Amino acid sequence: MTITAFPLSTTTDEAAKSPILNPWQLAWRRFRKHTMALISLGGLTVIFFYIFFGGGLLARGVCGPTGKFVTGEAYANCNDTSIKLQPPSRAHFFGTDTIGRDILARTIYGGQISLSIGIFAAIVEVAVGVLVGAIAGYFGGWLDDVLMRITEAMLIIPSLFLLIVLSKALNGEIPEMEIFGRTLSGSVVVIIFVIGFTSWMYLARIVRANVLSLKQLDFISASRALGVSDARIIFRHLLPNTIAPIIVSATLGVSGSILSEAYVSFLGLGVQTPTASWGNMLDSSVKYIQSAPWLWIFPGLLILLTVLCINFIGDGLRDALDPRSAKHI
Amino acid sequence: MVNYIIRRLIQAIPQLFLISLILFVLMQAFGDPIASLGVRTPPKPADRERLRRQLGLDQPVYVQYFVWLVGNDWMLIDMDGDGVGESPGRRLGVLRGDLGNSLINKRPVTQLITERLPNTLLLMVTVEVVIIIVSLTLGAYSAVRQYSLFDNIVTGFSFVGFSMPIFLIALLSMYLFSVNFKEWGLPYLPTVGMFDPQVGKTPGQIALHMVLPVLSLSIISIAGYSRYVRSSMLEVLGLDYIRTARAKGLREMLVVRRHALKNAILPFVTLIGLDIPFLLAGAVVTESIFAWPGTGRLFVEHTALSDYPVLMGILMMTGVAVVVFQLLTDIAYSYLDPRIRID
Repeated sequence: MTITAFPLSTTTDEAAKSPILNPWQLAWRRFRKHTMALISLGGLTVIFFYIFFGGGLLARGVCGPTGKFVTGEAYANCNDTSIKLQPPSRAHFFGTDTIGRDILARTIYGGQISLSIGIFAAIVEVAVGVLVGAIAGYFGGWLDDVLMRITEAMLIIPSLFLLIVLSKALNGEIPEMEIFGRTLSGSVVVIIFVIGFTSWMYLARIVRANVLSLKQLDFISASRALGVSDARIIFRHLLPNTIAPIIVSATLGVSGSILSEAYVSFLGLGVQTPTASWGNMLDSSVKYIQSAPWLWIFPGLLILLTVLCINFIGDGLRDALDPRSAKHI
Repeated sequence: MVNYIIRRLIQAIPQLFLISLILFVLMQAFGDPIASLGVRTPPKPADRERLRRQLGLDQPVYVQYFVWLVGNDWMLIDMDGDGVGESPGRRLGVLRGDLGNSLINKRPVTQLITERLPNTLLLMVTVEVVIIIVSLTLGAYSAVRQYSLFDNIVTGFSFVGFSMPIFLIALLSMYLFSVNFKEWGLPYLPTVGMFDPQVGKTPGQIALHMVLPVLSLSIISIAGYSRYVRSSMLEVLGLDYIRTARAKGLREMLVVRRHALKNAILPFVTLIGLDIPFLLAGAVVTESIFAWPGTGRLFVEHTALSDYPVLMGILMMTGVAVVVFQLLTDIAYSYLDPRIRID
């Protein structure tokens, strides 16, 4: 599963006949050889369909005390205590939770939250990591010293502790908001930034190391001699040349952020109800480990499958984009 | 070498200051610790004011941080609110080894931590031993039998294990080994606490209660490390001196164990050494689930109470542990691999 290079038997004749491919096409060719990454791409597509279109197909019904027919997120959030803790049945495929909400509907809308948190937190992580790494590596001197000392200081405390402290400090600071017609708890935004700001350190170090070695090369000296601005050198010349580790980190950042969200929400410090997320659906499920396993099995498995697929894709991307890089899981 | 150690320690000091300042300021946003005091009758506003003054919560953040750092036994505190300090402070500050008192139960933080620390260390040391033994065995064996069924199973397992959140492993193992085993009439494992109060705190009870937490804590690391050992082993097995050893007619067992494994695990030392303090973080979730009375659970409990001296104490202890282990790892590595010279 780790075939990265082309077969050595390719003769010059064959090579001459094959069409000229750009680097992205070459990378795609290498990516396709990673079977598990391909399967995971398919798996992730299925999960995407489930959480973005599942709501329209599955999550609707007559809801609880009001007796009204509701669809969409309203159905996921509305509860009927007379049917609480019901095992999976035809009416509720995944059962109902402690206050009588439909778990299937909540995994769908919670999935949208978990996945969005994963993606946006990874964007924050990449933005901060790339910026810090590029500035430290490119300008050097005292700026490099200061930025790297801050990076190291952040690495001294395990990130889960940082996550807990930051979410506890900031949660409740942002009121509920409406995005795309959905009422979201402000904690979603808080969690995105908290995760992003506690995970950028490794990427910053990678980018800095790459920038340090790249800036010695002649084409950078040439750009400098031509009077190209620092910003343009960084964004047009240095960063595109270190895009491979950035893409790989961004991909693994998404799965890491989904896990981080699950951890803080599991401890009750993450996304606040009524907004569902895969993590906060698991909150307090320990109490029902025996009496209601469906409470935690479905969201737990969805977290596992999503993270597994993204990790495999990240592994495939590493093989495809960065074949020389050291491989450890 | 000595120079190196001194330089590293000097570098670490401003970092610890920086992170402690950041964390301290963040914890001011935790909400009022007085509000989470578990008292039956809510305190009167005047009492509340007095309590705030007693705990020093009425001071600006920078004063509070300063007191936390160097103590207040050299200054007078204004207890009665007339603007003039009259009672001498009693705190010594972190720099003199006093982590302060818990805001909730008034007990010294040092005492709270030392009560819980042995339990966490017991868990951590066991986990670390399990991780090292299992991941070395799995990694080395799947490298020797590359692409065999065993290797593929280990690879699959390691990817799944690596993608698992700790709490899912914990919940699944509790469900399987405790709930289901009980139902099937098999001997089942206990899920919460450190010992059965009816039996008492015997070594056997503690060992039994440790099985599931150790399993949950070690699986993720085993998944990562066995992959690492495997690739490191594969690299070494392809080297010339291994071929020489085989050509001499040495038994395969000896080649693998004595010659290959010994060299392959060198980078592993670094990995383990840097990871040990981070296991403490994993213990936060695991200890909460299994109700294990360790520092991780202490942290979670006191986060809910906004009891910042306890949190700061645990965080600083962890920070110092990370710094020390980084240093120890470097020293151990240079000792094991004489090619590496640090100075």
